[in-house]
Amino acid sequence: MGFLDIDQATKSYGAVKVLHETDISVEEGEFLVLVGPSGCGKSTLLNMIAGLEEVTTGDISIKGRSMNNVKPAERNIAMVFQSYALYPNMTVKGNISFGMEMQGVAKEERERKIAEVADLLQIGQLLDRKPGQLSGGQRQRVAMGRALTREPDVFLFDEPLSNLDAKLRVDMRTEIKKLHQKLGTTIVYVTHDQIEALTLSTRIAVMFGGYVQQLGTPKEIYDNPANMFVAGFMGSPSMNLFPARIVKADGVTAAEITLGNGGTATIPFDRPALTAHEGREIILGIRPEAITDRDGADRNSNAVHVVDAPVEITEPAGSDTFVVTQMGGKDVTARFRADVDVKAGDSFPFAFNMQKAVAFDPKTEDRIA
Amino acid sequence: MSETATARRSGSVDRFRDALPKLVLSPTIAIVAIFVYGFIFFTLYLSFTDSRILPSFGWVGWQNYTNLFRIRAWDTAVTNLIIFGGLYITICCLLGLLLAILLDQKIRAEGFIRTIYLYPMALSFIVTGVAWKWFLDPGIGLEAVVQGWGFESFTFNWIKDGDMAIYTIVIAAVWQTSGFVMAMFLAGLRGIDGEMLKAAQIDGASTFALYRRIVIPQLRPAFMSAFVVLAHMAIKSYDLVIALTNGGPGTATEVPATFMYSYTFTRNQMGIGAASAVIMMMTIAAIIVPYLWSELREKK
Amino acid sequence: MTTATKSGVNMGRMVLYAALVLFCIYYLLPLYVMVVNSLKPLSEITAGGMMSLPGDWTLAPWATAWSTAQIGVDATGLKPYFVNSLVMVVPAVALSTILGALNGYVLTKWEFKGATLIFGLILFGCFIPFQMVLIPMARMLGLVGLAGSVWGLVFVHLVYGIGFSTLYFRNYYAAFPTELVRAAQIDGAGFFTIFWRILLPSSGPIAVVCIIWQFTNIWNDFLFGASFSDFDSQPMTVALNNLVQSSTGVKEYNVHFAGAIMAALPTLLVYIVAGRYFVRGLMAGSVKG
Repeated sequence: MGFLDIDQATKSYGAVKVLHETDISVEEGEFLVLVGPSGCGKSTLLNMIAGLEEVTTGDISIKGRSMNNVKPAERNIAMVFQSYALYPNMTVKGNISFGMEMQGVAKEERERKIAEVADLLQIGQLLDRKPGQLSGGQRQRVAMGRALTREPDVFLFDEPLSNLDAKLRVDMRTEIKKLHQKLGTTIVYVTHDQIEALTLSTRIAVMFGGYVQQLGTPKEIYDNPANMFVAGFMGSPSMNLFPARIVKADGVTAAEITLGNGGTATIPFDRPALTAHEGREIILGIRPEAITDRDGADRNSNAVHVVDAPVEITEPAGSDTFVVTQMGGKDVTARFRADVDVKAGDSFPFAFNMQKAVAFDPKTEDRIA
Repeated sequence: MSETATARRSGSVDRFRDALPKLVLSPTIAIVAIFVYGFIFFTLYLSFTDSRILPSFGWVGWQNYTNLFRIRAWDTAVTNLIIFGGLYITICCLLGLLLAILLDQKIRAEGFIRTIYLYPMALSFIVTGVAWKWFLDPGIGLEAVVQGWGFESFTFNWIKDGDMAIYTIVIAAVWQTSGFVMAMFLAGLRGIDGEMLKAAQIDGASTFALYRRIVIPQLRPAFMSAFVVLAHMAIKSYDLVIALTNGGPGTATEVPATFMYSYTFTRNQMGIGAASAVIMMMTIAAIIVPYLWSELREKK
Repeated sequence: MTTATKSGVNMGRMVLYAALVLFCIYYLLPLYVMVVNSLKPLSEITAGGMMSLPGDWTLAPWATAWSTAQIGVDATGLKPYFVNSLVMVVPAVALSTILGALNGYVLTKWEFKGATLIFGLILFGCFIPFQMVLIPMARMLGLVGLAGSVWGLVFVHLVYGIGFSTLYFRNYYAAFPTELVRAAQIDGAGFFTIFWRILLPSSGPIAVVCIIWQFTNIWNDFLFGASFSDFDSQPMTVALNNLVQSSTGVKEYNVHFAGAIMAALPTLLVYIVAGRYFVRGLMAGSVKG
């Protein structure tokens, strides 16, 4: 049994089931990120953990105690909202102290904790201001400060960075991560931003359509996506997914790919699981960084195969150049080093690191190899 | 599901806490249930009874309604309401729209002018009635003043003229409400996307075409709201008629609201009075219910 | 831009301003008539001088209207009725506003099944012709002994004022971030604490709007006042109408105008001081949802 247990929890509004049977067990000190597109059920699940929405069936427990009939205030949780939800009529100090006041914490104790948190988050000089006078980043800190004073068992974050501009978002991301490392609290964090999910979490639950599609460490999710949804959603630019045909070439299992110029290429793709699919079509998944120019290929890989293919477009991005070609009728993006001299219209050698490639069943969209 | 001891102990407190919001709302629900809907049904019921000076519960079926439509004064009241309502709504909308467009031309002192156009709305209809009653009185008002300026043949005695008196009510009512309609249209105009107007100007639309083809069609919601508000005010209008003409001369400016009051409380024909109230109610409901329905649905 | 079109533009602007000024005159004319004629002797009015400034300035009509004019049977002036209106307005406005605020809070932040329907039913109550409730209300006030009293009027205005106050607060609170309520719930605040500490401190503007609306409506009401009051408990509007319509004696137009201004003054004052909120109330009252 974990620290926070979600056990067969579901949520329905009338006949509409927005969250299907979900099992997640979170260990103490873990940083779990719930990620997915809007409407996937991630915020609903977070609200259920907070007690702001009731569990339709199943159970959510913290430290082994069922939370189903426990009011939000009595769950010993803290929550940071997307809009920060700072009380506009109170000063920063009033905002931080309000929760403690409600819990009946004595005044001196409140003052002590406010000072402590203000120090930790460097918001000491803001304590007498109203939320309306703060910048986005400052509000974010105050919201976290308010949550911190509760010394909660579980910290809940509901898209806390989505109202910040890009630069600030990156800074605050780092700060949240530092805070987690320093305090070691258990965190459940909702976001639709897959980069946030990958950078912050110790584990990720990718959600879609009310189901948890995959639960795993960032590396597992990134390298071995359970299905095509996860493969396409996580990572930027996203994983190339295109049809290929499994054949036997020179005694080795290989993928046969149609190129943009009408020709075909055959790349060895030697996985035991694929022999059963010989002669059939699969969806080949490979991330842009696993398709490179010849010299940029991973020297530690023993499965780099070069294919000559026509270049459609090049997109220089400073540190790298993204090169687009056609395979199996889809645009496929490769990540070349910036100084490679490549132009649209050229036929150019692309190095495929097939160690990093995965294969999906085109019907079920689940990973087969 | 493991039910802990603490959860069970606080059960009754929890139930109270869960019911609290509904408990807070319940006085209002009770008030509305009794004093709006209960009373509506009471009056509806009375309209089918032989009530005269006091409520009485002898069932007479549709008799009050058939009698009502035979009474000349009711006929006058309905005709007057149609004339008054039609002119009142039309003129208020046209004048309100005109004023709104005039004020939308980046006018200096716009706020000040708006304040002047809108202040009648803060007055009681009784005050409006008194002011216009004497201003339109041929003995001392406009007619006497203009004659005093040397235009001996000038006459303006509508308020004393049975055929024209209803129009004086239109004049006073338009004066009171048109500024409000202007404010509604002005809010509508300000809600129109400025970039779209720029685009239309670049397309070569003249100011006139801009308003006729692009702006006014987008004021449809404002027109709807104005119509609903004005129509229900017209049907309910009672104070202004009482203060301005008191239904006269004779019964020339009788409207359903004054008819209902006099039949119920001074002529002791409560059954007929109730029937006339029911008809007013139905007319308003026919306008308001679809409007509220659409407004509240959109929100969902 | 050539000079020709420039002067054309200027001509257009001049016509525009002329039209606006003309309309200003139209709207101000009755007020002008009321004010100047309340400050002149009756003889100047009957001699056809309604539009002229007073030749002989006098405050006598005001004094008469306030304290000695014959209203009904007694020569009390409008003073006692002005007081009646005040006594009626203050509790009715306060109570309907408080109830409306609580209703709006429940209907938006503690939404339950059927909340919209209930709101619709409450709202419909704002628009019914009050002729529909006159008979049963007269009966009921008689039964509970409130007939002909100011307290009866307070009750009636409270009952039919709730709809609009609920409408204002509901629409205002609907735009109030629900996340704040949730945050307060997690902080451990209960139903009334959230209302008192979180929502109410931010409700200033809508409370002003609601109070002004209720004040204007209740002060200006005539139908309920005429239906449910005695000679002693008449509100200002009813007394003014009695003053003007009384058929005995000489018609003292100057006194009538002075009385009309007295009846208009409180709402007019509110309008001038807080016009912005008044307009907001009008808008919110007509553009629902």
